[in-house]
Amino acid sequence: MSAVTKAGPATPAGSARPLSQARPLGDRAFALIALASGLLVLVILVLIVVSTAQQSTTWFTTAGFSGIFSTVWDQSTNQYGAMAYLYGTVIASLIAIIISVPVSVSIALLLTEVVPRRWSQPIVYVIDLLAVVPSVVWGLWGIIVFVPWLAPIYASIASGVKGIPVLDNLFGAPTAGASFFTAGIILAIMITPIITSLSREVIATVPTTDKEGAYALGATRWEMIGGVVWPHSQGGVVGAILVGLGRAMGETIAVALVMGSSAEVTSHLFAPGYAIAGVIANQFPEASGEFRSALIGLGLFLFVITIIVNLTARAVVQRSARRMRGA
Amino acid sequence: MAVASEQRTVDLREPGGWRRSKNQIATFFMWLAFVATLVPLVFVLVTVVSKGVGAISWQFLSGSPIPPNVLPLGVGGMGPAVVGTLEITGFAALIAIPLGVLGAVYISEYGGRNWLAKLIAFMADVMTGVPSIVMGLFIFSIWVLHFGYSGLAGSFALACLMLPIVIRSTYEMLLLVPNELREASYALGATKSRVTLTVVLPSAIGGIVSGALLSVARAAGETAPLLFVILTVEATNSNLFSGADTALSTQIFVNAQSPYVGAEARAWGAALTLIVISFALMLIARIVTARFTRYTR
Repeated sequence: MSAVTKAGPATPAGSARPLSQARPLGDRAFALIALASGLLVLVILVLIVVSTAQQSTTWFTTAGFSGIFSTVWDQSTNQYGAMAYLYGTVIASLIAIIISVPVSVSIALLLTEVVPRRWSQPIVYVIDLLAVVPSVVWGLWGIIVFVPWLAPIYASIASGVKGIPVLDNLFGAPTAGASFFTAGIILAIMITPIITSLSREVIATVPTTDKEGAYALGATRWEMIGGVVWPHSQGGVVGAILVGLGRAMGETIAVALVMGSSAEVTSHLFAPGYAIAGVIANQFPEASGEFRSALIGLGLFLFVITIIVNLTARAVVQRSARRMRGA
Repeated sequence: MAVASEQRTVDLREPGGWRRSKNQIATFFMWLAFVATLVPLVFVLVTVVSKGVGAISWQFLSGSPIPPNVLPLGVGGMGPAVVGTLEITGFAALIAIPLGVLGAVYISEYGGRNWLAKLIAFMADVMTGVPSIVMGLFIFSIWVLHFGYSGLAGSFALACLMLPIVIRSTYEMLLLVPNELREASYALGATKSRVTLTVVLPSAIGGIVSGALLSVARAAGETAPLLFVILTVEATNSNLFSGADTALSTQIFVNAQSPYVGAEARAWGAALTLIVISFALMLIARIVTARFTRYTR
């Protein structure tokens, strides 16, 4: 540019600069800034582990293995056993998965195989609205509207199954509106959008030729789904379910409000329970000393569990993707 | 042919009997699943609007301080929480969006197929699954313990949640930009940073902005990461960088657990305000996607 104006009439335009010149400083600086921003992700993940582990050492060392996995949680004696909270988190998330998976996969199939293209986008918007409603609003609605509405239903189910062996243990007394099951229902609503959208992405990759082949053999739509779509997208859907499970386990505020806040290991699903995330949210503000250390330790547990679930999800998806390419 | 007349006539267009009914039943259940998810959505929206609309007034949105929960509606207002939510979420966006976009630029433009870029992309995916309450504990451990409660700590926590979402959505948009554009710019002698800043990013700007807005909409409603890094207070704290702060979401959480009528009414009012903010952001994101997206899948 400036070289052009300086160049004499005999010099060809633009030849003042050799092509092999080193990259300008600004260009290299930009590359470094971009690299640093990318590395930030790794730095944050490492810092999460380091800082929470550091803050919870007191709990891990004083409680020991048996203390950590006991069911006794008593501030007056400084005993903090995580078992009841682990149990609550696992049970509520499993209930959520059992309710949400058939619904989410059905909607994903509806969007990809049944409705015409121009209708599917509005349906996706509506499902996504579920994800935009804040967790605390689900919790507020849950505790003020949904829990009182459910309580008599639980009571009548409980009296209905009285005396029937297994069902009595699961759905019999004691009952409360705020319970494992209520938390499971709310979680199911909250994780439906993510499972739906991830399974939809997988199902959309089923080759059209395969589907048309099934139709050409005279299959109905349902038979085509069973014979072509399902074998192809099985792995991806399992991955989507695992991601949903991870979300359900980490979901905090709604669960803190609707689960009943009672740390108990019980087979009764209509009884109040307590989840890891819930106890942290409810008790952390007043905590100090070993109590705080135990709550941060619970957080570290939750982090490790959700990371494992998410890594497994990715591994499942990648393995099935490889298998489909090979086939 | 002669044999043809002896064959049974089979209608090949529609399978009959049980196979057909099974197909219809399956389709019915798919629609039923959709309706089943609509029910709670409509239920919660109708409840929030009907219970919240009575609380909303200019005084509610701007009045200060937030009254103690025993007082009825009409005294004071949620002003401090509205200010807090806007400040904390706004500053979180200011941190997370540039860093997220730059991170995605590294993965797609600089990293190419090397192991580091793959690792960062993979870990950004994993990071979207980190529970929001863990981010709260993290910021508490590394920031609040040393520098005390502040709105800034809340912004950091929300920024940590937004970062992987922004990286993911931006990365997907950058993948859609055709390579010919980059090659054409290099052929004109532009440096890599110049190509990225003036050609690649502008051509993907619609998708990037809409992804960023969606992440802001998610962050605005988050409660768990704020709960113990800003310490919910009642008075307006316009200084983001020091002193305990408050936000709409944490106010809802505190008021939802209170047995008083006034507190409940304030919780519904705050919930309606929060939902309107989140939905408005989502709507803007959709409009941006529809109007400014150049390349789609």
